[in-house]
Amino acid sequence: MARNSPAQQGNATSNGDVHRPVKLACRNVWKIFGNGAEDFISRHGGNASASDLVSANLIGAVRSCDLEVRQGEIFIIMGLSGSGKSTLVRCMSRLIEPSYGKVEFEGKDLLSISTEELIEIRRHRMGMVFQHFALLPHLSVLNNIAFPLSIQGMDRAKREARAREMIDLVGLSGREHFYPRELSGGQQQRVGIARSLSTNPEIWFLDEPFSALDPLIRREMQDELIRLQGVLKKTIVFITHDFDEAIRLADRIAIMKDGEIIQIGTPEQLVTSPATDYVAEFTRDVQRAKVMSARSLMQKPGRAKCAGTVAPDTKVSSFSAEIVSAGKPFSVVSGSGEAIGEVHPQAVIDLLAGIDRSAVNP
Amino acid sequence: MSSITENTLRGENRTLGGWSLIWLGASVLVLMLHLLRDVFPVAVEYPSAFVIPFSEWISAIMTWLKVNLTWLTRSMTAILDVPLSFALKLLAKGFKFGHGLEAWTLPRLSWVGVVIVAFLAGRAAGGLKLGLLTGSCFLYVALFGKWTSSMLTLGLIAIAVPFCIVTGLFVGIWAWRKPWAERFMVSPALDLMQTMPTFAYLIPMLLLFGNSPVSAMMATAIFATPPMVRATMLGLSRIPSEISDFSEMAGCTRRQKLWQVQLPSARPTLMVGVNQVIMLALNMVIISSMIGAGGLGYDVLLALRALKVGNAMEAGLAIVAIAIALDRLSQAMAAKQARGNVHQDQQERSIFQRYPNLILAIAALVITTLLSFAVPAFAKVPPEITISTARAWKDAVTWVTINWFDVIETFRVTLILYVLNPLRAFCEGFPWAGAVFLLGLAGFQLGGWRLAVTVAVLTTFCAATGLWEKTMATVYLCGISALVACLIGIPLGLMASRSDRFERFLTPIIDTLQTMPSFCFIIPVVMLFRIGDVTAMIATVAFAVVPAIRYTNHGIRQVPPSLIEAAKVSGCTRTQTFFRVQLPVALPEIMLGINQTILMALAMIIICAMIGTRDLGQEVFIALSKADAGRGIVAGLSIAFIGIIADRLFNAWSSRTRARLG
Ligand SMILES: Nc1ncnc2c1ncn2[C@@H]1O[C@H](COP(=O)(O)OP(=O)(O)O)[C@@H](O)[C@H]1O
Ligand SMILES: [Mg+2]
Repeated sequence: MARNSPAQQGNATSNGDVHRPVKLACRNVWKIFGNGAEDFISRHGGNASASDLVSANLIGAVRSCDLEVRQGEIFIIMGLSGSGKSTLVRCMSRLIEPSYGKVEFEGKDLLSISTEELIEIRRHRMGMVFQHFALLPHLSVLNNIAFPLSIQGMDRAKREARAREMIDLVGLSGREHFYPRELSGGQQQRVGIARSLSTNPEIWFLDEPFSALDPLIRREMQDELIRLQGVLKKTIVFITHDFDEAIRLADRIAIMKDGEIIQIGTPEQLVTSPATDYVAEFTRDVQRAKVMSARSLMQKPGRAKCAGTVAPDTKVSSFSAEIVSAGKPFSVVSGSGEAIGEVHPQAVIDLLAGIDRSAVNP
Repeated sequence: MSSITENTLRGENRTLGGWSLIWLGASVLVLMLHLLRDVFPVAVEYPSAFVIPFSEWISAIMTWLKVNLTWLTRSMTAILDVPLSFALKLLAKGFKFGHGLEAWTLPRLSWVGVVIVAFLAGRAAGGLKLGLLTGSCFLYVALFGKWTSSMLTLGLIAIAVPFCIVTGLFVGIWAWRKPWAERFMVSPALDLMQTMPTFAYLIPMLLLFGNSPVSAMMATAIFATPPMVRATMLGLSRIPSEISDFSEMAGCTRRQKLWQVQLPSARPTLMVGVNQVIMLALNMVIISSMIGAGGLGYDVLLALRALKVGNAMEAGLAIVAIAIALDRLSQAMAAKQARGNVHQDQQERSIFQRYPNLILAIAALVITTLLSFAVPAFAKVPPEITISTARAWKDAVTWVTINWFDVIETFRVTLILYVLNPLRAFCEGFPWAGAVFLLGLAGFQLGGWRLAVTVAVLTTFCAATGLWEKTMATVYLCGISALVACLIGIPLGLMASRSDRFERFLTPIIDTLQTMPSFCFIIPVVMLFRIGDVTAMIATVAFAVVPAIRYTNHGIRQVPPSLIEAAKVSGCTRTQTFFRVQLPVALPEIMLGINQTILMALAMIIICAMIGTRDLGQEVFIALSKADAGRGIVAGLSIAFIGIIADRLFNAWSSRTRARLG
């Protein structure tokens, strides 16, 4: 399988690796559209029910959102269209002002900083990719990618050199002087990605970047993203309405519905312990072997002889064939070389066959 | 939510029967008013004792302005005169230095060079074909002996257009940023500016800036700015929100966002605005020949006054040639920018490689102009190669009048006696109170209280200024012309929508009609029908028929194919599909076309005052010749109000129909 380093590294953090610092956090963030929205929510002290909103004739696009994005992880916000994902991510980058709540960037309140500071942060530390690419129609590929640098006042030779580096990175060499309308959708989004990376941002927002692309291209772009993240190790906030995409890319996923976050967790946590029926509905068709790790099938070490060893965070799908043909348990060995448990072939077969024995969890 | 809309819908249905009763009652009421005119004379003819002296007030203000702002107008004239006279000298007059015997002149740009530049510009913007078209338009002007006049006209445009573009851009940006400004200041002002008759612009300019090219330029600049403002607002508001979000995320300052992201992204729409500005400026420059613009318009004016139709026709055709060249050129430039250019590294090329056409053009101008020191043929179009068609036109007219006199005369007299005169009498005698009532009622039905009050107040204004009879004379001539234009235009549009071949045949014709300045429509008609209402009507119909054709065709063609397929599947014949599906769906669009036709007819009717109509146009025309600002502006406002009333009612109607279609 093509998914290698980033995903597996990601899984090291996945079970809530609290040692990594928090890059960006939302604390009880609300965004309400309609007349007198700010008044309304502060009058309610940052806590209003859906029916309150309806009776006040307001739209609660984002309601009471709490989340923490940690350094270097791929944090995915998943939800159906209209669930408030774009609004939330725009609050996180302060493209729109939240009606209530706090957004903290490295512990600093993003909402209280001055316009100049905000511009400074956006110029050097944030990047964003858009669903419909948002390329400037009057600029060539090269100039589009160099644009964020040019408005910082970087001189021409330097910014073009950097832009060419980015073009190589996303594999568009030879098309420097094309105009956006002359490129296919996938190529345009590569330009969008290159452009958002040209300033070497620390945190990278992607708002449904692949949703406008054909399924095949989408897969290719997902692989590309995994590859890039392997090299770049950014903090990523990725929006999608496609649960499979979320599963493929995520370290952690936040599921949104009607403006609220219903559950935040690793793909594995969502699959094994969905918080609501709504989440369970999404996870039902997921191939569990690709999501679940050895750790979750692990039992206490027994007497039986083991046919092999696996790391606790290895995905079941990557050793399922071996263990089933061996017919014997594999030992689960932690980083320090200590055997912390074992996985039985029957558990793997149950998982593959979709037989639910919730008791398998230790 | 849905139950509310359902209720209102049902409510509307219930009152629909009610509305026809109300209309019946209203008509009977007004008819009675008409019949009992001797009993209620006050409601029929606006009492002269109550005429509000707007015109005196405005005249007083203008006099005050004139006296107190002399320093301002003088200095503006002085400043604007610098670039303007430079352009006029460069293109048309040449530069004179010194006096008397010592005087010497630098020649103007050689006509050969200008023709070459026209060719090069056309080729650069739209390929060889366009180059040949623009080149031959200019060559035509040169060969038909209209070079100097054309260049005077072009010089004025060359200075006025950039002024319009810059002003329009800034006003548009401001209005786009400040919704209150757009709502309460810019939009109403634009509406008024675009429905004000062209003549009305001339009067204050004449008063403030005198009879000079500068005042002509000012009038042109003011008249031609609105489309740029609209295009800017439209272009900016159409930018996808993601593009604006991107510029924020890239860390643009407000200014960078506007100039480096938003305006360039809106460029295609802006270019449409530029094209419209150029065409309006040309139209206005021709008309402002009355206040000293000179040039082609002045030639037409002189010829018309002397009834030399041949000369008028010649100058008119030169205007058309210039108009076509400018229009196609600016359109091609807009399209080219939208397409983008070749993939080459700009940086690694020399200036010459980057701008080959520009360098060629400058070289052509310099060389031919230098040559004109030695070779007179380069300085002035040699008389031997110019062709005059004036004689031919005159002969043609003479021939027609001799051989066809009876037919034309019978047609003219019949039309006047049996159609125009009775209609005129009816309109002029229409009770003003009845009109206020009926229009207010229509406004209420179509758009509620606000529209009703607006319409009623505007109508009352026309009566209260003591111009009721002339207002109704305008309404009559405009109405009949617009009606005829629709009767011709809508069927043509329908035919074009049903046959691609016919559409291909019609398109170049209506394109040309649309490029022609309004002035030009009068000339050929005057040749045949002399002056009077019939001429005015025919010229107006020719001028105003285009939107009726265009919107009808477009409206029918844009009916979603899925609807037509659905109709076919349910077994409609072609005729049934047309009447049951296409026509109803296209109706709102067709109504907008009718609206445009009315507005264009109104604009043209006013210009027809030059050929002796008796209406508000005549009022403005007289005011212009007497430099009576109050009288002219009040008449101009009345005309504008007619336009605004028609526009509001039709728009309300159209959007109601649209809403009903969903
Ligand atoms: N500017 C706005 N004004 C009013 N409502 C809005 C606005 N922007 C978004 N909404 C509403 O907020 C909700 C969430 O929208 P959005 O964040 O775009 O959803 P998503 O990106 O998940 O599809 C939607 O119901 C939408 O109609
Ligand atoms: Mg969205």
